[in-house]
Amino acid sequence: MGTILSIRDLWKIYPNGTIANQDVSVDIEQGSVHAIVGENGAGKTTLMKVVFGITQPKSGSISLRGKPFAPSQPSDAIQAGVGMVHQHLMLAPELTVAENIVLGVEPKNAGVFFDFDAAVRTARDISEQYQLSVPVDKRIDELPVGTRQRVEILKALYRNAELLILDEPTAVLTPQETDILFQTLDRLKEQGKTIVFISHKLKEVKRIADTVTIMRAAKVVETRAAEELTIEAIAERMVGHKIDLSRVPAPEQVGAARLSVRNLCMTRDDGVQAVKNVSFEVAGGEILGVAGVEGNGQTELVRALVGLLPVDSGEILVGSSDIASLSPKEIRHLGVSHIPEDRMEDGVAPLMSIQENIIVDRYDKPAFSTRLRIFWKKVLAHTVGLITDYRVRAGSPKHEISSLSGGNIQKCVVARELSADPDVVVASQPTRGVDIGSWEHLHSLIVEARDRGRAVFLVSADLDEILKLSTRIIVMYDGEIVARFDDASKVTATDLGPYMLGVKRQEADSAAVSA
Amino acid sequence: MTSLLDSIFSVEFLFAVLRVSTPLIFPALGVAITAMSGNINIGLEGIMLIAAFTGVIVSIYTESLMLALLAGVASGIFFGAALGYFHLKLKADIILAAVALNFLASGLTIFLLIVITGGRNTSALRSLTFPSFSIPLLRSIPILGPVLSGHNIMTYVAFLSVLVYYIVMFKTPLGLRIRAVGQNPDAARSVGIDVDRVKLYALMISGVFGALGGLYLSMGYVSWFSRDMVAGRGFIAVAAATMGSNLSLGTLLGSMLFGLVNTLTIYIASLDIPSDLVQSIPYLATVIVLAVYSARNFAPRKRRAAHRRRQRAQAHGKDT
Ligand SMILES: Nc1ncnc2c1ncn2[C@@H]1O[C@H](COP(=O)(O)OP(=O)(O)OP(=O)(O)O)[C@@H](O)[C@H]1O
Ligand SMILES: [Mg+2]
Repeated sequence: MGTILSIRDLWKIYPNGTIANQDVSVDIEQGSVHAIVGENGAGKTTLMKVVFGITQPKSGSISLRGKPFAPSQPSDAIQAGVGMVHQHLMLAPELTVAENIVLGVEPKNAGVFFDFDAAVRTARDISEQYQLSVPVDKRIDELPVGTRQRVEILKALYRNAELLILDEPTAVLTPQETDILFQTLDRLKEQGKTIVFISHKLKEVKRIADTVTIMRAAKVVETRAAEELTIEAIAERMVGHKIDLSRVPAPEQVGAARLSVRNLCMTRDDGVQAVKNVSFEVAGGEILGVAGVEGNGQTELVRALVGLLPVDSGEILVGSSDIASLSPKEIRHLGVSHIPEDRMEDGVAPLMSIQENIIVDRYDKPAFSTRLRIFWKKVLAHTVGLITDYRVRAGSPKHEISSLSGGNIQKCVVARELSADPDVVVASQPTRGVDIGSWEHLHSLIVEARDRGRAVFLVSADLDEILKLSTRIIVMYDGEIVARFDDASKVTATDLGPYMLGVKRQEADSAAVSA
Repeated sequence: MTSLLDSIFSVEFLFAVLRVSTPLIFPALGVAITAMSGNINIGLEGIMLIAAFTGVIVSIYTESLMLALLAGVASGIFFGAALGYFHLKLKADIILAAVALNFLASGLTIFLLIVITGGRNTSALRSLTFPSFSIPLLRSIPILGPVLSGHNIMTYVAFLSVLVYYIVMFKTPLGLRIRAVGQNPDAARSVGIDVDRVKLYALMISGVFGALGGLYLSMGYVSWFSRDMVAGRGFIAVAAATMGSNLSLGTLLGSMLFGLVNTLTIYIASLDIPSDLVQSIPYLATVIVLAVYSARNFAPRKRRAAHRRRQRAQAHGKDT
């Protein structure tokens, strides 16, 4: 069908000196799904930002449908029929879903007024048309991050983009949602639209892509037809070694309960019961995995555990202290650390440096400060150590943390939380957005914490991750624990599916089963 | 003391509250609309002063209320746009730019006043004023009539402006864009919205509101211009709008709360209390209200409160 987008010899150097794209050339076929894969910080997002007009290249050229194309702002790209779903969500938190979807191309009443009803109707229509269900009249900040992601996708679809760029759209989607999205993408492809798809989940890449471009350290390694590549081959070209998906052996010994939750109930601001009578314990030396479709109370539960949300009733004990009335800082002092599901919102202060973000939880320790001053040299050394241990690809610890690539920001958060040497690790989507090499690496660090006798509470939308790491698994549906598996090694994804979807549940008082 | 109470529960007092609130409502709306776009605007003080001055001068030279109104509003828009130019184009910090413009407004008006009057007594400059307006049917209702009717027309415009603000903010595409820009500029940019332009519009509209407030001060509240006559209203407006979360009704109520306090101050001044003390009441009230307001939004406190409620409920359950 011909080339729709052609990128030639493109260089992008950020003001702080980072070379993000080096001599990149890619051709994208009209009507194809073109995947771009590569390690964290390889330059995928940067390349797409150039195409979408968010940032400008130093040199090189782009042509769109054969004509030179040099967007200086997103509106240029939008007008030229380019749409983009960003890796870090771009939504106005206090506006409703419908308002976010139509923002910029608002339906009008009598030529002057914003027609909210029409916006809601439109949003509902496209949500049905593309089978991505979203509550159109809810505010964004009331929604879990998976739903927000769907809103982003709808936003781009609504604008009728001919060339649709999706930067890690499935990072927070459930497998079911991902399936639906892929059906949508197949349909769009049939209509002649072109899709650029960035993902670290190689199974998905294999399933959806026609062509794959592999990037590494700012350069294109190669571009090939997807059918010529196996998952293993892609992974190897990306990170240089084989990837191990096998389960982690069960812990040798499990200690006493470190985190106990009893009969916990929570209500959301809108009055809906988010968590219903939830009880569980996590012992030192084990990983309790929580499986479940996102939005079934996990977010609220996690926020209660770390002191960010009040509870209606029930107890949360860390060791033997009730944390219900404690502040997040006091809870941290009891040895709880938290890897939040949304790194940009709860994980980092985006405009502060990497080292400042690393020490936010420990700046007041004698090692780093007295009452009057902070020992920046020690902070720097500490940060450099963590950057090395956690394999963060960063220029200098003094750079703004938001100048890192998404996966590298995630690694910084994990580095801070695990290096605090907590008794209890509350990890929510800990590897969201990290490349497969780092995925493996972070897993080994989490397991290491477990083997040092720490209690790990793991919430993840990535079933592979749950199955790989968990000692025990619970499944949440609609705010309740609907299944418990005391021996995770015998559980498969197929066992969990019906519980996650709410079509099956274990008897409330039956002893935990091993499937 | 009883006489003070008597006078407070009087029709005249309530009437005065509305009158005193008027020059707070306007700038508070100006603060609110810029805050919605993600900027703090402490430049309303200067905008009001410039417009108050422009209105008086134009009304004297042209003897036309209409032209004075137009010129005053134009000066406000110009001032708002200037703030936008410094902040958005030249990338100056908006607080610093506003402080500079406030000083400029103060100095410039004093300078021009001296040039025009030749240093004579400034109250020689008698301005035209906006007319008062008594509302035909309302007027005859007891109590409500005398409180609500007979105000300067600008007082009614102020209340109308609250409605206009609501409509612009929540019923027009521009309002939606202003809110989006304020909440997440990157999100707005990513759908092709020109963020700087939207912020500029918000500043210009705030200039219109500020100008109306200034015009009322010199051409309704009194009928002359005197140096620095805005007297901190542009700053109290920041508190009023913040208290009202920049929403239309909230901002109105916030402004009226401060209007109430200011009116009380006027009444208390008749008692035998040191006047410096009395004059500090509105500012003290501002500090207290803001402190209470921000404490309310403090998350850990919320959690503790929820915890205490729960414990009380449990204790109560055991008793019965
Ligand atoms: N605004 C910025 N300023 C400076 N450097 C930046 C900026 N944005 C990205 N970089 C750097 O450019 C490089 C490429 O980043 P990019 O976000 O394109 O990576 P990516 O391939 O999308 O990675 P990920 O898979 O983690 O999302 C990284 O080294 C990153 O630190
Ligand atoms: Mg990226």
